[in-house]
Amino acid sequence: MKHIDEYRDKELVRLFAEEIKKIASRPVKIMEVCGGHTMSIQKFGLPYLLPENVELISGPGCPVCVTSRKYIDQAVAYSRLPDVIITTYGDLLRVPGSTSSLDQEKALGADIRIVYSVLDALLIAKSNRRKKIVFLGIGFETTAPGSAAAIIKAAMAGLRNFFVFSAHKVMPPAMEALIDEGVMIDGYLGPGHVSTITGEKIYYPIPEKYGLGVVISGFEPVDVMQSVLMLVQQIENKTPKVEIQYTRVVKPEGNLKAQQMMEEVFEFRDDWWRGLGVLKNSGLKIREQYARHDAEQMIEVEVEETIEPKGCICGEILKGIKKPKDCKLFGTVCTPTDPVGACMVSNEGSCAAYYMYNR
Amino acid sequence: MATWLCALLGESSYEASLEMLDMSEIQVGDYVLIHTGFALQKLDEEEALETLKTFEEFRNLNKDLDIEEQQHNTRIT
Repeated sequence: MKHIDEYRDKELVRLFAEEIKKIASRPVKIMEVCGGHTMSIQKFGLPYLLPENVELISGPGCPVCVTSRKYIDQAVAYSRLPDVIITTYGDLLRVPGSTSSLDQEKALGADIRIVYSVLDALLIAKSNRRKKIVFLGIGFETTAPGSAAAIIKAAMAGLRNFFVFSAHKVMPPAMEALIDEGVMIDGYLGPGHVSTITGEKIYYPIPEKYGLGVVISGFEPVDVMQSVLMLVQQIENKTPKVEIQYTRVVKPEGNLKAQQMMEEVFEFRDDWWRGLGVLKNSGLKIREQYARHDAEQMIEVEVEETIEPKGCICGEILKGIKKPKDCKLFGTVCTPTDPVGACMVSNEGSCAAYYMYNR
Repeated sequence: MATWLCALLGESSYEASLEMLDMSEIQVGDYVLIHTGFALQKLDEEEALETLKTFEEFRNLNKDLDIEEQQHNTRIT
């Protein structure tokens, strides 16, 4: 890939680390909201390069991790219907539900297909007209426009057998809720790809209401180190604001076309987040106009009672209060091959990233 | 309607939809950010080079400071 070496340049990473050390006069905690950042930070061992008084903590930005067990249970229930084909991104498959998982249902014969894109789910709907195709729509502002685009296409093409089961969420309510709850942080590393869609304005309340800075960061080690430096500078100068480090793909206004698609198809609703509970206007519900493609409204199903796993502290980890190593299940009972909680399943989950790179 | 692109990354190729981009602004040879089957944004070459320039300036500034520190035998903070 073009220029990748520059963004992974060891010497630059070290220089940024030195500069951060030079100017950080007091202990600061910086939360990376996005699971992609968590992965990159652990993979490149960045916490070991930063001075002791600058701590990076992981936030609630792993889509699979914040999704409720009830959602998994309902997806499992859909998969048991004989006329349904479930289409899903791969990382949802192994997330444990209350008594089963999609993986287990697949082994038992349910028609569950991993897709790389929601557009593949549309193709499956086209070639299986007698089946109901349910796409499991999870993720934040990065994936929600894709689900919206697919619903619009299905409506235009009269694909009445295509449904989305939406657990789509938006990021800002969670970022505000964490501060409201009293989680002690001094600034946010803003999510790179969410911001590609939304632009910077969704974060304005963070400096305005809470006096904390947000730096929207790229994913390579030099990107992250430069963003941390920008945040530490803001903290030292007491000038909290929204800044973009990842300027090569994040425009201040975001992607307007994608925003319009989201707006066309979805409306806000209150939604449950693991660790944070119900947050006002934090989820995306399919609008009445597109109800024909809403699995929740169109496909009736009985869902088992939710049982949460004992001992799993995924919720506290998502809030940045605890680290994976604080969990007594970590690496013993709970591993990527046999996960107890969602944080160990997704590549973007803190537990999985720690297990892989920092055990 | 949707327009498609075929992106090459090393040995592999991906197909992605261009429907979320402004078609008048992209052409063959551009780099794009692809996520779950959609091109989400065109990579801004100017901004990318600007970022690299900032890195280079940062590197040079550090070199200059090192030299100055050696000359004066003090630590500049």
